[in-house]
Amino acid sequence: MRLYVTSVFVDDQAKALDFYTRTLGFRLKRDVPAGDARWLTVVPAEDPDGVELLLEPAGHPAVGPYRDALVADGIPATSFQVEDLDAECARLRGLGVAFTMAPMDAGPVRMAVFDDTCGNLIQLVEFPKAA
Amino acid sequence: MTDAELDLVFKALADPTRRRIIERLDDHPGQTLFEVCAATLAEDGSGLSRQTISQHLDILERAGLVRTARKGRTKIHTADLSPLRLVAGCWLGRFIQED
Repeated sequence: MRLYVTSVFVDDQAKALDFYTRTLGFRLKRDVPAGDARWLTVVPAEDPDGVELLLEPAGHPAVGPYRDALVADGIPATSFQVEDLDAECARLRGLGVAFTMAPMDAGPVRMAVFDDTCGNLIQLVEFPKAA
Repeated sequence: MTDAELDLVFKALADPTRRRIIERLDDHPGQTLFEVCAATLAEDGSGLSRQTISQHLDILERAGLVRTARKGRTKIHTADLSPLRLVAGCWLGRFIQED
């Protein structure tokens, strides 16, 4: 068994695809019709065969209260790793992305949290370089 | 200030984690629960659960030492030191203004 996909619930799949590709820089991997929605995944440009991120419709009635509670407490839906957190945050801010948590040192990692405009908060993490 | 209000402030202050939270929110206003938890872990190395930190924030809020507001869909916390000044003025003051 291995991990091949993880997911975030998104308000609008088309808008999410736009944000996750044009703003965050992921690449479209799969776009398959599934009922009135799509099986829509993106992957990092540098790791196209790696774990995919599924942009999952947020229509189920449990999703709203679940996400509202997480967002109210500032808790991210998922977390992405970057090489240079400060540079990435500056790049995203330049594109109009809003951060709920500016870059900060949190124990062994450095992290920040932004709003993905699709209903979620997303964490960015930079791990210390191996000595 | 009533005795009940004094009790709330002194009880809120009678815990090191809550005193650190006040300091942190005074230095960095407008933090989410997630951010307070991350800072607590980073600065104290303590692995307090989110529920525990949330309870500490509630106690501080009831004492008037933390104010909450909405920033978009997110709840943010800021320190309010005015109850400390009231306590100093109305009760502690008579003991510490002698010298």
